[in-house]
Amino acid sequence: MLPTPSTSHVDFERIYEPAEDSYLLLDTLSSETEKDFLRTRYSAAHSPSPLVVEVGTGSGVVLSFLNAHAQTILGRADILTFGIDVNRFACKATEQTVSVTSQEQITHDLSHGFYMGNILGDLTNTLKAGVVDILVFNPPYVPTAELPGIPSPGENTTETSFADDSKLLALSYAGGVDGMEITDRLLLSLPEVLSHQTGCAYILLCAQNKPDKVKERIKGWGSGWKAETVSTSGKKGGWEKLQIIRIWRENA
Amino acid sequence: MKVLTLNFLTCAVKACKTTSTSFPLHPKDCELVSDTIAPNPQLLLNVLPRIDWNALIITAGELGFPTLPPTPPTREELESNEKMMTELHTLLLETQISEGSLVCGNCGHEYKIKEGIANFLLPNHLV
Repeated sequence: MLPTPSTSHVDFERIYEPAEDSYLLLDTLSSETEKDFLRTRYSAAHSPSPLVVEVGTGSGVVLSFLNAHAQTILGRADILTFGIDVNRFACKATEQTVSVTSQEQITHDLSHGFYMGNILGDLTNTLKAGVVDILVFNPPYVPTAELPGIPSPGENTTETSFADDSKLLALSYAGGVDGMEITDRLLLSLPEVLSHQTGCAYILLCAQNKPDKVKERIKGWGSGWKAETVSTSGKKGGWEKLQIIRIWRENA
Repeated sequence: MKVLTLNFLTCAVKACKTTSTSFPLHPKDCELVSDTIAPNPQLLLNVLPRIDWNALIITAGELGFPTLPPTPPTREELESNEKMMTELHTLLLETQISEGSLVCGNCGHEYKIKEGIANFLLPNHLV
């Protein structure tokens, strides 16, 4: 098993603490079936370096894991990675987590990917069309009566109050109706931001997000779009039973 | 943020996305820092085919880097050209923008960069 990145430096009063959902993503991305899928798709000799983008990096545990273990997971270390988060503290934490994890690889004489940094932003709206090879999203998936507003550019820049911290945490879990309001916005952007040839996305859903309907909707986009559940966790009947779906295009 | 990131980002304003002038974003009053990174020819050679070269020429010029050739080198050309390999290594892998802004060539909106993190959150009137 690959080591889990250390996040002991992260301030969990304002940044989502790695939990069952984060660990399900790590286990899934490093599972034999996903390694097979990813290597087949991305490790051909001389093929362009894949670009891996995580949306909502939080502590950075998932992105730093992918960056550090690129050779094992994708069959190549020459990958490009960057992260996006709506929370400035999460962006800084991710940079630190990636740095610690990469250093750990170097200590063991192992390779790591090329991390380009984190940017502060709302989902994918600043990505150039067609550039992403692998997109990973652990969304705010909890059904809630209200959605916290996306911060304005000047918010949460330096000092934050308890109320600000609560809002930042709410942004990491509150998903509105069916827990899908944020995820739906991200899904709609996938046909644009994912690479036409090689793009794929891993998205975590909980049972209340109605994953079967989500997958049907994606397949309904036509043009070879596929969506499949690639892993599950949690107790049966529990409201937070989790699963990860892989979304990709099979070109005719 | 590494300079290479600019090759993958556009203005976050929806109406700008379809215009050719929203890419690449233009660095303004940027402070640069350089990380020391061990040479990684494998990475450079495989990043080369996915770079938007015209955009990179603009970015390099605006940041005051040596002028890049008008067309991208082929894999073989880059492999055998040590000088260009070194220049691209410095520009793409080692250089970070730590402070400054990125400006959209279409709407003129400025995205601030602080402590290496570019802020693409939009004010309400632009969302």
